[in-house]
Amino acid sequence: MGEYSASELWSIVVMQGFSGLSLFSVLLLMALGLAIIFGQMGVINMAHGEFMAIGAYTTVMLSKVAVEYGFGNLYFLPAIAVSFAMAFLTGYLVEIGLIRYLYKRPLDTLLATWGLSLIMQQTFRSTFGAKEVSAELPPWMMGSFKPTETVDIPINGVFVMGLTAFVCLGVFLFLFRARWGLQARATTQNRVMAGAVGINTKKVDRVTFALGCGIAGLAGAAFTTIASTGPTTGSLYIVDSFMVVVFGGAASLMGTVVSAFGIAQAQSILQFFITSSMGKVATLLVIVTILMIRPEGLFAAKVRR
Amino acid sequence: MIKAIFQKMLGGKSGMAGLLILAAIIFLVLPLGLDLFRLNLVGKYLTYAFVAVSLVLLWGYGGILSLGQGIFFGLGGYCMAMFLKLEASDPVSTKIQTTPGIPDFMDWNQLTALPWFWEPFHSLTFTIIAILLVPTLFAFLIGSAMFKRRVGGVYFAIITQVVALILTILIVGQQGYIGGVNGITDLKTLRGWDIRSDSAKYILYFINGTLLVGVILLSRVILGSKFGLLMLAMRDKEERVRFSGYDVANFKIFMFCLAAMISAIGGAMFTLQVGFMSPSFVGIVPSIEMVIFAAVGGRMSLIGAVYGALLVNYGKTAFSESYPELWLFLMGGLFIAVVMFFPNGLAGIYEKYGKKRVAGKEYTGSGPVMPSRTLPDPKLVPVGDAVSPPTKGMGISKQSVH
Repeated sequence: MGEYSASELWSIVVMQGFSGLSLFSVLLLMALGLAIIFGQMGVINMAHGEFMAIGAYTTVMLSKVAVEYGFGNLYFLPAIAVSFAMAFLTGYLVEIGLIRYLYKRPLDTLLATWGLSLIMQQTFRSTFGAKEVSAELPPWMMGSFKPTETVDIPINGVFVMGLTAFVCLGVFLFLFRARWGLQARATTQNRVMAGAVGINTKKVDRVTFALGCGIAGLAGAAFTTIASTGPTTGSLYIVDSFMVVVFGGAASLMGTVVSAFGIAQAQSILQFFITSSMGKVATLLVIVTILMIRPEGLFAAKVRR
Repeated sequence: MIKAIFQKMLGGKSGMAGLLILAAIIFLVLPLGLDLFRLNLVGKYLTYAFVAVSLVLLWGYGGILSLGQGIFFGLGGYCMAMFLKLEASDPVSTKIQTTPGIPDFMDWNQLTALPWFWEPFHSLTFTIIAILLVPTLFAFLIGSAMFKRRVGGVYFAIITQVVALILTILIVGQQGYIGGVNGITDLKTLRGWDIRSDSAKYILYFINGTLLVGVILLSRVILGSKFGLLMLAMRDKEERVRFSGYDVANFKIFMFCLAAMISAIGGAMFTLQVGFMSPSFVGIVPSIEMVIFAAVGGRMSLIGAVYGALLVNYGKTAFSESYPELWLFLMGGLFIAVVMFFPNGLAGIYEKYGKKRVAGKEYTGSGPVMPSRTLPDPKLVPVGDAVSPPTKGMGISKQSVH
């Protein structure tokens, strides 16, 4: 690193750190949905990436419509809501049609949802074409802040971070302050007992799964602001998101936040100094090594085994 | 003693019949009925069958779902490919390169000397040992790190998947050292024997088939032994086996290593038959497809795995030639259908409907019994188990089997 001066190095760290924060936001939104589904029901949703793609495609389509009719700078916030709704609805139907039969077979949910993801990918390809599409960003989201000469912070990145923070807060309130969250947590802890005290655990499962999918849809909407969307976009993120969930400790949402932050920052900063693929390899290797030492993840619930 | 082993290998009347039918199909029906191009294609499918068989051992009987069998398939294949590549790049045929005598892709990437880890692959003996041992040692490393820490189930599946991803990125990134995304191509001869000639293709097909039948026999011996029974016991009630004084981790490590070795043999045969090796057979997607071969064939049936590999790959070739967009729908539908309706795959369907008609009576052989019949009624399994840490719950043990 001898060729960089101290101030250049500082700008690099700030900018890579910031791009890491954008990656962190998308990863966290993806992983949050996964963690809710996995932690709550033990379901491995390999189609989670495709739910994200649903959100992304919805946003892209809405942007096309909005630009057509001249609402170019207004559509984005409603699009986020519609993306959530679309993914939520699809998730709800998938739970009814597929997932509810597989609750006691976690490894089989993995295979079945992988099949589902193939079908969804092909559906995207047949409907929207194999080419990547991108949304028209509303004008207020373009451009960047320039706090110093060498540092350049894009507004869309800031927006995505804001959205993530908002969603996290929402999920937190929903799970820990709302009545529904109480029921969901009770079901997680002791399904039989929860059923015995009159909680409709099946309904809770259904809503939880759909909620996880809906958050993936939100991730998709956020994703459109920083990259373009293709049929296989979701599958690019799925392994990373699973690593985030497993690394953080499956049952701990706090762990998910911390590990998404760590993984995104490590990847983003390493990518600058070694090649992008080697940065990823290094990050994953470190995670796998740590997981071998601490299989339950960083923030495991303390259970005597 | 020898007689007992022999009996287990053949697996009683019904097991023997199944094996004979498979052997007849591999060695008689297919070679006589198909032209060389198609036969070579079937040979390629049969190399996947090695992986499918290894997954039956590991997943069906051991309850360990590895989503990274492509790693071992690839390691075996790459070891073979490195040997063949060195033979194909002798100084005479590569004299137009800046540095003659090294593989062409190294030359394109401005390497001027053979990397150290390629050197030993000049020797065929070393190569064969490497094909068998490199994947096994790798599996031992992963396996002992994970199973000793009691990582299992879902976590194991995800971690093996990540290892597959890491390996693919590494291979793709190292264009100069290992051929990058194109893989190792243009393989010509094995010790001077042209592997692209028609006669070689026939011979390789038969070697491949023989090895596959051998692997099935070996697996039957293992499953029929006390070890096999312990694997089953471990799959269904790991804690009880542990409390009975067995070191569960060691058994699992052994099984994982064995499965890795079997997959690697398949990979090496793949390289020989197809003439190249590339990272597209190593990563996450091929690894999951391999699991599907085993699932379609029947996760409890060694022979079923072979049919599963043949059938799915045949379908893939046939459909992706004519209806490429239909194929993914079909493949996805197949995944879902198998998991939801036929958890024991083709073998399960045969068990349920075909067997009585074919054999005339229930199976009474001394070979590996379909153990799933003794599983408890799924309704009796405590519901709370569904949310217990996935490290312990192996989904497969709780399914209903008819």
